[in-house]
Amino acid sequence: MYLQDKEKQGLTAWFKGGEPLIWMNAAAVTVSTLAVIGLLILLAVRGFSHFWPADVFVAEYQLPDETPAVVMAERVESEDVAIEQLLSAGFTLDTDEPFIQRELVKVGNRDVSGADFKWVLSRYLQNTYYPEQAIVLERREWGNFYGFLRGLKRDGQAIDAADDEVLWQAFQQSIERAETIHHDIERVEKKEIGAINYRLEKLRLRQRGLELNEALPEAERAQKQLAIDSERAELDAAYAVLQKELNALYAEWNRDSFIVETAQGQQREQRVSTVVHAYKPNTMNFANKVGFYFGKFAEFLTDEPREANTEGGIFPAIFGTVIMVLIMSVLVTPFGVIAAVYLREYAKQGLMTRIVRIAVNNLAGVPSIVYGVFGLGFFIYFVGAEIDQALFPEALPSPTFGTPGLLWASVTLALLTLPVVIVATEEGLARIPRNLREGSLALGATKAETLWRVVLPMTSPAMMTGLILAVARAAGEVAPLMLVGVVKLAPSLPVDGNFPYFHLDQKFMHLGFHIYDVGFQSPNVEAARPLVYATALLLVIIIALLNLSAVALRNHLREKYKSLEM
Amino acid sequence: MTVKFMDTNKTATAGHAIDMESLGRVRNEVSIADEDITLNVDGLDLYYGDKQALFDVNMEIPRQKVTAFIGPSGCGKSTLLRCFNRMNDLVDTCRVEGAIRLDGSDIYDRSVDVATLRRRVGMVFQKPNPFPKSIYENVAYGLRIQGVNKKRVLDEVVERSLRGAALWDEVKDRLHDNALGMSGGQQQRLVIARTIAVEPEVLLLDEPASALDPISTLKIEELINELKDKYTIVIVTHNMQQAARVSDYTAFMYMGKLIEFDNTDTLFTNPTNKQTEDYITGRYG
Repeated sequence: MYLQDKEKQGLTAWFKGGEPLIWMNAAAVTVSTLAVIGLLILLAVRGFSHFWPADVFVAEYQLPDETPAVVMAERVESEDVAIEQLLSAGFTLDTDEPFIQRELVKVGNRDVSGADFKWVLSRYLQNTYYPEQAIVLERREWGNFYGFLRGLKRDGQAIDAADDEVLWQAFQQSIERAETIHHDIERVEKKEIGAINYRLEKLRLRQRGLELNEALPEAERAQKQLAIDSERAELDAAYAVLQKELNALYAEWNRDSFIVETAQGQQREQRVSTVVHAYKPNTMNFANKVGFYFGKFAEFLTDEPREANTEGGIFPAIFGTVIMVLIMSVLVTPFGVIAAVYLREYAKQGLMTRIVRIAVNNLAGVPSIVYGVFGLGFFIYFVGAEIDQALFPEALPSPTFGTPGLLWASVTLALLTLPVVIVATEEGLARIPRNLREGSLALGATKAETLWRVVLPMTSPAMMTGLILAVARAAGEVAPLMLVGVVKLAPSLPVDGNFPYFHLDQKFMHLGFHIYDVGFQSPNVEAARPLVYATALLLVIIIALLNLSAVALRNHLREKYKSLEM
Repeated sequence: MTVKFMDTNKTATAGHAIDMESLGRVRNEVSIADEDITLNVDGLDLYYGDKQALFDVNMEIPRQKVTAFIGPSGCGKSTLLRCFNRMNDLVDTCRVEGAIRLDGSDIYDRSVDVATLRRRVGMVFQKPNPFPKSIYENVAYGLRIQGVNKKRVLDEVVERSLRGAALWDEVKDRLHDNALGMSGGQQQRLVIARTIAVEPEVLLLDEPASALDPISTLKIEELINELKDKYTIVIVTHNMQQAARVSDYTAFMYMGKLIEFDNTDTLFTNPTNKQTEDYITGRYG
């Protein structure tokens, strides 16, 4: 009897003791952590396996009642599919098994066969082998090519090669040479001719400005016109020189060509300049593959996108994301801090400040797309148009700031994240001990001096907290950006070597939008899918890095002003 | 400057009971013979909103002496102290009537610049409140506020102030360390150094030793003794022994009224007022 009572008490005591609460809390933390880790692992596995050079197989593929075909491809994934599904899709099959394995293979050669990817049923693949001579060509257009190298030509003349190995070496050298020339071409086109075009455009605007300025005396006008004409002549001459250089480079670039044969026996001749990389995956050992993998990965981080964003790198998107977040931070921090200081320190606390505070807090809950619409309607169509009228009349009717761009995207996001900064700063200000303020005032400091010398430095960790939250929110935001400045493919970075170096009016690329574009707007879904995962993981990493640097800064400041813990 | 002498000891008889109604008028039994007056409180009433916290306080605080305010918690002694450098201005609902004259001019006058006043009337608080800066910057703070940035001047003032606060020998090798790394007693002496760096005339000490251990308290008390040669010191304390030890004059306050103000020796040995006697003998408060 006594023991039973004790047991009952034991159970209630267990509940009262808080044990279940501890378990629940621990479980919640575990689930959250696992969810985050799982997410990262999924993204990493799906995204980063894309860069691994898979082996290329050749096999005969014969479906019942159909003509046999040769398949040369690399495996991407496999899955079991219900046989009914296949039957109803019109396949004739010689099996009764309920499920049958099918594989997604990348056959490449889009210019020959029309599609990069193909589903095949595993049981009908026969005589699979991995030829050593199989080559994979990564091309500037038309995706990968799978086949065999058959010859190399220079200026239309075939080059003799003793054996396949020699031919392969010559081919690699030729690709390397073409790649070097390609870099030169890019430099001339983007940097040098780009700079001249930029100056020509400025000149055109000056010309137009001259035309618009009717008050100008005739003599001065003629003088200015002369200056413009001479500068234009100078630029035209420089352009002609560069154009000539460019033509020579193009001729050099297109000097070599090569002959390849597909697994189906078709021979094709192509220019070496169309190839970015060539490799023989079946002869590569593990170390080679790891090296290749990291090379590809570095290229992904540092290159510009090719082929409707499904190939190449995502550097412009990384750059755009980071620069936009930085500009947003620069805009939102001072503004939010000033607003918070007024609200907390100077405004008379009463109904009005309470209403303002509620309004600010509610702003944080407004859906981001609404900010996008506001940014478009107010900043771009109103403020931007006014700026154009006032400062860039010579460029009209084509808008300068009256169109989506980096500045407006940053401003819109700054507005979006403003409440977070205000709230965090206000809380920080409220936490500064009263006796420190009094200590400063008692020494003859005014309120403003006290704020500036004691209170604000001590509030800086709280400001950083606000900024961290703001960055976390802004870097992941996509919806408003589509309205106020992000594009699928920007021709140039918003920061370059042309004065004034920062082109805040330019449109830019963004990782979040890149994910959307590659994943859902791409013509080549199978090729794009791994990039979606890789880009998503990269976006997460970049936001984490931005946050970590802000956190590190905050910890440093906390250490410096640690009297709050007293 | 006119010095008002309050005739004392005539009206007072030990153990004489005084009803609350008359307390406001009996105040100020000080015999400040030929003393120079720094602060003159004249009919001071103070309200927090509708609530009156000080009732018609009249007193004179002599120059270069230590004046202690004692009384039970909530009696208004800190409130009165904070009137002297207008710290009560920070409280929105606070309203002051009457006058406080510093060297003859009303500090509540419209034309008075509060920052300048506070430079002349320095204050040290109950809890040590050094800024989260280096020891050096803490002491230099008041000068930097005044726009003094010459290193030579600052160095000199910092050393003089730290010596003045009997702290120099302890910290001279770590002037640029964070002040928050010091002990509580050192912090409080640093705050005193910071205050005397701007060379005030009056030093207000609001229970400066209540958060400190006995040894630090002793050091602060010794320091007060040294400082009174240069400054007029007003100290609020809960500790009657401390008041007896450090002060020349003592004011006893109760429920917002100044009950008795006299020579410290007289007040502690021969209080005029029954309430004062009850308080110092520990019968209430």
